[in-house]
Amino acid sequence: MTANTSDAPARMSIPQDTVAISIQNLNAYYGPKLAVKNVSMDIVRHSVTALIGPSGCGKSTVLRCLNRMHEVIPGAHATGTVQLEGTDIYGPSVDPVQVRRRIGMLFQRPNPFPTMSIFDNVVAGLKLNGRYSRAQLAPIVEQTLRQVALWDEVKDTLGKSAADLSGGQQQRLCLARCIAVKPEVILMDEPCSALDPIATLRIEELIRELEANYTIVIVTHNMQQAGRVADRTAFFMLNDDGTGGLVEYGTTEQIFTAPRDRRTEEYVTGRFG
Amino acid sequence: MSEGNRVLGDGTAAASGRAGPLDHSYVQVRSTRPLTLPDVDVKARAGETAAELSGVQRRRKRVNAIMLGFASVSSLLAIIPLVAIALFVLVQGVNSLSLDFFTHAESDVDAFGIPLGIGNTIAGTVLIVLVACLVGLPIGLFSGIYLAEYGRGRFADVVRFLADVVAGIPSIIAGLVGYALIVIPFGFSAIAGGISLALLMFPVVTRATEEVLRLVPLSLREGGLALGVPRWKVIASIVVPTAANGIVTSMLLGVARVTGETAPLLFTAFTHPYWEWNPTHPVSALTVTIFNYVNDPDPTKHKMAFAGALVLVAFVVGLNLVARLVFRRRLAGRT
Repeated sequence: MTANTSDAPARMSIPQDTVAISIQNLNAYYGPKLAVKNVSMDIVRHSVTALIGPSGCGKSTVLRCLNRMHEVIPGAHATGTVQLEGTDIYGPSVDPVQVRRRIGMLFQRPNPFPTMSIFDNVVAGLKLNGRYSRAQLAPIVEQTLRQVALWDEVKDTLGKSAADLSGGQQQRLCLARCIAVKPEVILMDEPCSALDPIATLRIEELIRELEANYTIVIVTHNMQQAGRVADRTAFFMLNDDGTGGLVEYGTTEQIFTAPRDRRTEEYVTGRFG
Repeated sequence: MSEGNRVLGDGTAAASGRAGPLDHSYVQVRSTRPLTLPDVDVKARAGETAAELSGVQRRRKRVNAIMLGFASVSSLLAIIPLVAIALFVLVQGVNSLSLDFFTHAESDVDAFGIPLGIGNTIAGTVLIVLVACLVGLPIGLFSGIYLAEYGRGRFADVVRFLADVVAGIPSIIAGLVGYALIVIPFGFSAIAGGISLALLMFPVVTRATEEVLRLVPLSLREGGLALGVPRWKVIASIVVPTAANGIVTSMLLGVARVTGETAPLLFTAFTHPYWEWNPTHPVSALTVTIFNYVNDPDPTKHKMAFAGALVLVAFVVGLNLVARLVFRRRLAGRT
């Protein structure tokens, strides 16, 4: 297939009833500066979508726009439409707090709450948003910790501070905290970049297990990781005017074996980035 | 490990045929000439350099010692006044400390009209400081939280500036403010004294709280927000507890600052020789009493003044120690 060098991003078509998140004409600003220009793509439900690209191209910005965390930064805002199961989360009467209960996030550096025990950390999203008795919370703690393969390691030390865990365990704890509120979507911003290879592999295994029940969008610098976990991959890049944009979006297989855009091909074959 | 290899092979460099650092051509080392040093008397050279070195070294050590001496003497000079005060007050006052001292009010006089104790002034100080805490600590805490979490605009800059200004006002001015605002309409009272002290207390707490809250990493706030927790709750349940020991320390230091104030209480709390628990009435304070007794001709009163001073110094030192211990213990527990 000849390389596509036009400006319009090459992408596949996705049947509408499988779409969980539909991004249309998303522009993200930091103050007056446009950082991400005109991104449009559909995220398929119960699959893993990877956002790849060189540093500074706006992938994390796009990710943070999906759960309205982008506007938490002072002066930052976004325009465009992001539809979660048909509802525009940037609609005029939409509460960002409610959006974030449906779309969870895992960060680059594990961030367990230091003043809470492991038990309280797992159910922090529940305890801080409603009244629950310990009897109601205990089974949730066990179930989520089992799901992230952490139960056996911490079941006897649930009362201890989360700071005593290793980096990989902390990240799995944060993942448990994330899924305890039963979101529909989990966003992951380079979740393994601060972890050693073994911990990374365990997180990747978890991602593949969680795929059945959650829609996962993961930003990663590591192309091999995208290759291992993602069903679909979107390639972002900085344009000449300093804004980031979507270059190509397709199945992971197609992106890595038969990219249609010349820039994608250059990136995945390692000629730059 | 995964189901099927999805990624292109990574032999890009080899495929492009460029030579790299591991290429054969760099590794040819075959020389028949032995390596030799230039013709120099190495031993003599080494001896010269050693002498130079030790000269430089000796000078360096001398300067080091002089500087260390300066620093040590300066530190001693700084500590001496505190130790001197503590010892002086201890020696002068410890003999007058007795049960009577704490359990009698100034109104309980002996045959010569000398008070048997000044327990009421200690109680009065407690009452005044309590009022100051009830007013000053919440103001300090919440304004500190506002400045750290929401304070980005012009208003916040003004608040910060004013807090710094108020932190430096002479304490007698704080007393005048209390006098004008409360004593003139309502009369002398512990509340007037407490509010004057609160004026001196809150800027310390505000600025220290803001500093401590800024130290809490952004990642914790983002983690809370990403769970769908409203902003105010993230602050109340995650950020503030994380900074808790720093905030407690700043509060204890605020209290220590105002406990020793005399001037504002002269014309707000006034004096009152009886036991008094009603804050709307004038009360005696320890600091004012010390001031008055030292100026008094009676030697017994002098002794009681020193005893009172001892109690005050012990309280302030104790408060600082507790603040330090609290801070260090929580810190150690976390790392």
